Amino acid sequence: MEFSELIKTATVESVLLAGTGLPAVRGTLCITSHHLLLSSCPGGDGQPGTVELWLLIRNVDAVEKRLAGSSGTITLRCKDLKVLQLEIPGMEECLNIASSIEALSSVDSVMMMYPFFYRPQDLRLEEGWHLFPLEQYFQKIAAQTNQWRLSDLNRDFTTCPTYPAGVIVPAAVSDDTLRRAARFRQGGRFPVLSYYHPRNGTVMLRSSQPLTGPNRKRCPEDEVLLGTVLDEGERGFIIDTRSAQAAKQARMTGGGTEPKSSYPQWKRLHRPLERGRPLQESFIKLVEACNDASLSMDRWLSRLESCRWLSHVKAALSTACLAAQCLDREEASVLVHGAEGTDTTLLVTALAQVILDPGCRTMVGFQGLLEREWIEAGHPFHLRCARSAYSHARLKQEAPLFLLFLDCVWQLSRQFPFSLEFGESLLLALFDNAYASDYGTFLCNNEKERCLCKVKENTHSLWAWLNQPEEKKKYLNPLYSHNPLVIWPSVEPQSIQLWQGLFFRWIRPSQYLEEARAEMQRLVEAKEAPAKESAGSRLSRSLSDPAARTENER
Amino acid sequence: MEHITTPKVENVKLLDRYANRKTANGTLYLTATHLIYVDASSEVRKETWILHHHIASVEKLPLTTAGCPLLIHCKNFHVAHFVIGQERDCHEVYTSLLKLSQPVKPEELYAFSYNPKMSKDNREIGWKLIDLKVDYQRMGIPNDYWEITDVNKDYEVCNTYPPEIVVPRAANKATVIGSSRFRSRGRIPVLSYLYKENNAAICRCSQPLSGFSARCLEDEQMLQAIREANPGCAFMYVVDTRPKLNAMANRAAGKGYENEDNYDNIRFKFIGIENIHVMRNSLQKLLEVCETKSPSMSDFLTGLENSGWLRHIKAVMDAGVFLAKAVKDENASVLVHCSDGWDRTAQVCSLASLLLDPFYRTFKGFMVLIEKEWIAMGHKFSHRCGHLDGDPKEVSPVFTQFIECVWQLMQQFPCAFEFNERFLLEIHDHVYSCQFGNFLGTCHKEREDLKIFEKTHSLWPFLLQKKQELRNPLYKGFTAYKELQPNTLPFSFQFWCGMYNRFDKGMHPKQCVLDHLLSCMSQKMKLEDNASELENKLPFLDGPLPSEACSLSKVGSAASKTPLLNTPQDYEGEAPPVLTNGISVGNIDVMADVDQKNKENLSNHQDLPDLNATNVLDSEAKEGEPQCH
Repeated sequence: MEFSELIKTATVESVLLAGTGLPAVRGTLCITSHHLLLSSCPGGDGQPGTVELWLLIRNVDAVEKRLAGSSGTITLRCKDLKVLQLEIPGMEECLNIASSIEALSSVDSVMMMYPFFYRPQDLRLEEGWHLFPLEQYFQKIAAQTNQWRLSDLNRDFTTCPTYPAGVIVPAAVSDDTLRRAARFRQGGRFPVLSYYHPRNGTVMLRSSQPLTGPNRKRCPEDEVLLGTVLDEGERGFIIDTRSAQAAKQARMTGGGTEPKSSYPQWKRLHRPLERGRPLQESFIKLVEACNDASLSMDRWLSRLESCRWLSHVKAALSTACLAAQCLDREEASVLVHGAEGTDTTLLVTALAQVILDPGCRTMVGFQGLLEREWIEAGHPFHLRCARSAYSHARLKQEAPLFLLFLDCVWQLSRQFPFSLEFGESLLLALFDNAYASDYGTFLCNNEKERCLCKVKENTHSLWAWLNQPEEKKKYLNPLYSHNPLVIWPSVEPQSIQLWQGLFFRWIRPSQYLEEARAEMQRLVEAKEAPAKESAGSRLSRSLSDPAARTENER
Repeated sequence: MEHITTPKVENVKLLDRYANRKTANGTLYLTATHLIYVDASSEVRKETWILHHHIASVEKLPLTTAGCPLLIHCKNFHVAHFVIGQERDCHEVYTSLLKLSQPVKPEELYAFSYNPKMSKDNREIGWKLIDLKVDYQRMGIPNDYWEITDVNKDYEVCNTYPPEIVVPRAANKATVIGSSRFRSRGRIPVLSYLYKENNAAICRCSQPLSGFSARCLEDEQMLQAIREANPGCAFMYVVDTRPKLNAMANRAAGKGYENEDNYDNIRFKFIGIENIHVMRNSLQKLLEVCETKSPSMSDFLTGLENSGWLRHIKAVMDAGVFLAKAVKDENASVLVHCSDGWDRTAQVCSLASLLLDPFYRTFKGFMVLIEKEWIAMGHKFSHRCGHLDGDPKEVSPVFTQFIECVWQLMQQFPCAFEFNERFLLEIHDHVYSCQFGNFLGTCHKEREDLKIFEKTHSLWPFLLQKKQELRNPLYKGFTAYKELQPNTLPFSFQFWCGMYNRFDKGMHPKQCVLDHLLSCMSQKMKLEDNASELENKLPFLDGPLPSEACSLSKVGSAASKTPLLNTPQDYEGEAPPVLTNGISVGNIDVMADVDQKNKENLSNHQDLPDLNATNVLDSEAKEGEPQCH
């Protein structure tokens, strides 16, 4: 396929661009293989215009066109929830542009996507891809216990196609046993270590559902694997992210859950979390309500309630807290799974780690967590984030699990404003990049696919870009101060807020909030600066800035 | 005190709303002014003080195996659930509290016995801190169009207005008197705020006694005079803040609203803000939602919607925004009224002033605004807040709604206010506490009769003393923003957890940004003092870091890094408890912290004690037992 075949009209003059909250500008619209550009026309001929719009076409979620007389209006609804309008002179041009954007934005082949073409000058291709080797994570555990080992049984992705090459498993269990246990778990996702709690040596495991089926099949190797994790007389908890009813029903289709009789040391807890289509629909309904400026207060609250998004946030946080509580307070190990073990399972295990582990709350630690618990753990980003909240396309496997995770982390950052090293801006950037990106980090569904597509060889890593000193600064939380403790959030409805920074990012006026942020930064830095600088430079600074002083004296 | 039969009850439990795990056991004391509960079960001494005036209701619940439960609801939304061992003790505490919380005579109010260590002169100076004349001068009044008149000095025009009012120069005494006969309770149109930039004015009054067809020439002249005091605009708005239906119903009683045909060049408009009864019921429903134990998200949001509370807040805000826009964008004067012109009218006028004028967003300015639009103009604090035993149908959270509107604005404009949320909460507390004279009675005349200015203290100097902790560290100064144009789409209004669930500390963010920024600020100021000191020494100093600055910054970083202690709540929901919850390793209660702070305040301001401070506290702290009067 050639991109040029999809582009019916490449440039149109005198297009009017309007976005919510922005002044409209007129300029020349250009479509390239991956971008939509609009450059405004300055007065003199031959003068290069300023680029007013530089939109990754992959970011377009829905294209709506409306024709009126000889011109037409195209509304672009983006995956990052931004809405843009293009007023295009010429009916044919309008139709052509619309269909070109539609075609280009629905290219589904990974290797045709922009990250494979993006070559920024100041980054090297291999940079950032090997920042968080599992080896390194394992070494930290190995320094404290010899009960776990790093196995490469999945190096060719045959045991489990959605696991990475390396997994951490009980030292006492052989690869052979693991292979047999894998056959008893959906998609081969046998229980592996997700988190080791250094305070008391308990662990959090994750897997997919066991294939007990209607005949209550058992698998001795799976039982051995889970039995090894617990010492004699110890108790563990299995947190099943489905209701007891749903888990039971899953038996009819070959799935199921661990029966007490076969896993006597494990106590099962069912905490149903929404996934799949209902979750996507919740997201769509919420965004619809947010964009409806005609709502009365009552209608708004009623739609906020009926979309159930905040209920999902509360449920996810509560379940993660439960898992964390088992580890930290009950001193019991935990296994988390739902059905496939690639969605709500990862939501719970990743979130529990942010709550428990201060290491996950730093900029680098959080990236490591995402890499380990979402990307390598096989959350199918390509399927789940193919479409966002505006798409009219028939839903396939889209579901905003990752967004729900980011929302929960945002709730934590609101309740513990000093405990996360990064700020809201990082969470927003992650949301944007998960749905449409210049970088390869969130491409594909699992490590196996990434290997096949040579993602790590042919695209740049998002982390390399984020971690450049100048870039990184934008994402740091100025109030951060290391907090070694577990952060237990409140999950009362009064404590959970709608994430306005995301859902109203393009709607609410941000000027005053930005000013507040800048002011906060200034205050905090003014406090910290003197401690770092020498007395001399500090003196000259505070003396040379009389404005700052009068401000204080007021 | 005659009402206190049992000054001290031991073995009293204080239940934690969220879980049974944190039940405290201790002693309950009744003093002349407070109910004090001292928790003996925790290692850190923890006290809960409840001012009798803050008590909205006391309920005795059915006997349980643990004892006799006593549920106390406070006007500042504190809910305390005690369990008293003996039924007889419980009953005595209950009957005492009923009487103590509902004084019959004004002289029984706390303000008349409150006696901080302050000289008589200072007390009097305190009352002079706010001078409304200065504010009118700030607006440029008197000027060619407006004058301050003492026509009401003997309360002949209107007994709920102050002696001095601002009216158009063109309106002579006959016009004023004539108009007053045509306005409910004589509350004639007077100036509330003059927007100096374009001479557009906000005026306020009560409804006209128009019935179906009555007219009053003087009233028509009065409105004309107001319109003509703003030569830049050919018309003026007359805003009735009631729903149209309510206003129409009033016509049958000989009241009603202005007929556009009778008044020259007025544009009449209804803004449907509901009446005090609807607001009271709405708050009641909201509080029920806030008190529900472990509600689901849907329960909470549905309850929030059904209470209508945020809808009412939005209606008040919309009205304020309408006024501000009319004045600023259309250069039009606005006359505002509701029925009596002391509830909705006060809300809307004060909010519009706050939007238009940055002065009212400073400490001093906000005090002036409350004195001017609420206290002086006769908002019936005594009735609306239920200070005395009276008609419960007169109670309504009108002022609370205004305070909330200000808070909502703070959320949208975090750098525009000199003060922070705590300042609003302090004021709200004291509107009900009756500790200071400002909010007693219903109008100026009544306050004079009660000898408020001779016998009680003013709140404002007390609050200014605490300025350091009540300031907004993000404030960008007086000139940073002029008029505010808030977004009033529904999503811009948030549930105010800090007010309605203020005492449920577990719901609030576990780390406080405000405290942190305040400490940054005070350190910065100290450092800068140090810096200027060093500047003088600089010629003699070479090289090493000055030790004072060094130690200061160390203290700072240590303080800000104090690890936070936090315990998990009940994440189990409705499921049977599989896990034993919350092993409280090093569990320090937040309330203890607050009380500690209160005590610190006390030692810092001996002359101006904290709300909690009565003279019993000193001896109580030493002996561990309060002495009761």
